[in-house]
Amino acid sequence: MRPVRLSAAAAGAVVIAMATVSGCAEKADAESEDAVRVTATDTSCEVSKKEFPSGHLQLAVENKGAKVTEVYVLFPDGRIVTERENIGPGTKASITAEIKAGDYEIVCKPGMKGDGHRQKVRATGGKAVKRDPQLDAAVADYRTYVQQQADGTLPKAKVFADAVRAGDIEAAKKAYADSRLGWERTEPVAESFGDIDPKVDVREDGLEDGQDPETDWTGWHRLEKSLWHDKKITARDKELAEQLIKDLTDWQKRVGTAVITPTSMANGAKELLDEVATGKVTGEEERYSHTDLVDFKANVEGAQKSYELLKPVASKNDPDLVKELDTQFAALNTLLDTYRANKNTYVFTSYDKVGKDERKELSDGVNALAEPLSKLAAAVAK
Amino acid sequence: MTENSSAGVDEAAPAGEPRPASRRSVIAWGGVGLALGAATAGGTAAALAGDGTEPAAGAAGEAVPFHGAHQAGIATAVQDRLHFAAFDVTTRDRAALARLLREWSAAAALMTQGRPVGGGAFGGLAEAPPDDTGEAIGLKPSRLTLTLGFGPSLFAEGRFGLERRRPEALVDLPKFPGDNLDPARSGGDLCVQACADDPQVAVHAIRNLARIGFGKVSVRWSQLGFGKTSSTTPEAQTPRNLFGFKDGTHNIAGTDDAALTKHVWVPSSDGPDWMVGGSYLVARRIRMHIETWDRTSLQEQEDVFGRDKGEGAPVGKAKEHDAPFLQAMLPTAHVRLAHPDSNGGARMLRRGYSFTDGTDGLGRLDAGLFFLAYQRDVRDAFIPVQRRLARQDALNEYIQHVGSAVFAIPPGLRDERDWWGRELFS
Repeated sequence: MRPVRLSAAAAGAVVIAMATVSGCAEKADAESEDAVRVTATDTSCEVSKKEFPSGHLQLAVENKGAKVTEVYVLFPDGRIVTERENIGPGTKASITAEIKAGDYEIVCKPGMKGDGHRQKVRATGGKAVKRDPQLDAAVADYRTYVQQQADGTLPKAKVFADAVRAGDIEAAKKAYADSRLGWERTEPVAESFGDIDPKVDVREDGLEDGQDPETDWTGWHRLEKSLWHDKKITARDKELAEQLIKDLTDWQKRVGTAVITPTSMANGAKELLDEVATGKVTGEEERYSHTDLVDFKANVEGAQKSYELLKPVASKNDPDLVKELDTQFAALNTLLDTYRANKNTYVFTSYDKVGKDERKELSDGVNALAEPLSKLAAAVAK
Repeated sequence: MTENSSAGVDEAAPAGEPRPASRRSVIAWGGVGLALGAATAGGTAAALAGDGTEPAAGAAGEAVPFHGAHQAGIATAVQDRLHFAAFDVTTRDRAALARLLREWSAAAALMTQGRPVGGGAFGGLAEAPPDDTGEAIGLKPSRLTLTLGFGPSLFAEGRFGLERRRPEALVDLPKFPGDNLDPARSGGDLCVQACADDPQVAVHAIRNLARIGFGKVSVRWSQLGFGKTSSTTPEAQTPRNLFGFKDGTHNIAGTDDAALTKHVWVPSSDGPDWMVGGSYLVARRIRMHIETWDRTSLQEQEDVFGRDKGEGAPVGKAKEHDAPFLQAMLPTAHVRLAHPDSNGGARMLRRGYSFTDGTDGLGRLDAGLFFLAYQRDVRDAFIPVQRRLARQDALNEYIQHVGSAVFAIPPGLRDERDWWGRELFS
């Protein structure tokens, strides 16, 4: 889990939205000749041109409908470039953004809900993104991997949930860490949906003021606390186990539709290491079960999967980086192996038995890998 | 620390015959030892001090040349802020370590001139993290100096094949009475001393070097410092340490070539070749028991140091820079014990900083002096001086050495093609 739950897309939208606001302030009502006029009604979304140069984009919006509307500029994969809400009937609004060459959609949402009415548009000039068949294959393979991980998680999660429902603490404890492997391997993808992660993987400290751990805290870590800390399974825990399966099933159904790009794969790999650095190395993630090293291993495996798929391209663009990543993945895996007796299992040393010096060594290993891994996205985007 | 004179001394016994030790002094006599500003300057320095030949400390924003015969950050006029970092080398690959030192040298050459590392902090590939971390954008070079050193552990057998190149003078420091050293704040294979007039510039430098080093080195410990406690510019106002006393009155001046040659730089006659023009650095984290010190009478404070608090004059003298008459001070006075005349002429160039790392959980400031001293040979300077201080210094009641490290500081880099450790690794 990550403490601040802004998906990459959401974070990007915030930044651009802020830019939009300041752009409005500067331009006031001045409507430049280059502006794209957007005429929104309750049933349509008309644009004055469907092709315009990349760079500074100004949308001059007029709401001729009877409903309050909102207007979005979206990437083809649905991420938000910029948006403007609360455009009242009969009013005008100006939206600005800096956009790169490529395809976009302009969306008007009368009533500010539903799918709205869409127009495909294109920004031309500049450096258009070229597609590389090798990268397309990497994305396709990774999508398969992500789906497999979700598919494989469900039966394991059911073993865990069944044990909880049966009130069998020992069996539940035994099944706990295993049930999380697939999730931990592909967590950045699951997190990109925004709504699933808070349900299944939030820690108690991830709750906000006003949220009650007794009623608002759900998912694996609530059950972890019951099993290891409270040492009892309540009626609510049994409900939560059922809910966990429902939420994970939702994930399993939707994960195939996730937006995955070569860059998001590379950055996702780095984010998995970030998860290790901020949550697992410190022992915060599994504070009751101390199964942090299992998550740690799964995070590294997931990162390595992305890396291996991107490697054919990366090795062309940056052979030194690939050499370094091979070395550091191997080193970290070797180090992790010293914490398990049998390499064919995921039975790792309980993290409360891992001393300060050993944690430092693990932390150094993570840093040694994460730093070059942060350059993988650039190596595949070249 | 300092030497001093003062009206307060008239209570003292005649010169050479100090009055009976106070209760606290007695305790100090028998117990721990430690010295704050360890060695001090001698009479010669006193004569030089204030002779008007010293250049000004330099405008706060300007850049200090990175290349030269000696590394910058030693004789350089002491900047206001410090970020000192000791590193463990984690790679076992000698070539990888040498490569890192090359990369560090290039990055240091840029940062000390106020430029970002690599491709800068913005404007590069959107998909990649920027090379530079960016927090120094728009800040002046702030007289940033980056000074690199090699610790004894780097030369250990079975590591990088450097065991035969270890300088004789790079000895492990002995345990001094009263030392309470925390291994997590001691030692290190490498060190980088970052000094600047702007703390953000110093922190930026260490942060970026640490980042470049991931996978090859790992920060073992680091220390922030403020309020320089010694200056190498005697014409300037002598700074005060956290005990409120002027510190480093008779420090070696950065322009005193004769003293630098005699006491700081390694001559070719000392060897080894790769260290000629270099120096040796002792770093000690000295915790000050601030609260008990503050409850100590002015008289005792001045007796402990051997200088008066206001002017900083040695006991029995009127002015800070008056030559001290050591026999006028208590035999346990810090200045008397640390003075070159008490130590066979031993001197060091000190450029320590005060530190306050918050509080200690018992409501006390975790504060003190981060002592840094450069010298030609620790066996003739820090070790004998500290041995004397550790046994006798009245100040020991108020301080405790909690961290310790020693490093060989190689000479300066000649030009852009040169790099830290080039001669050591070739």
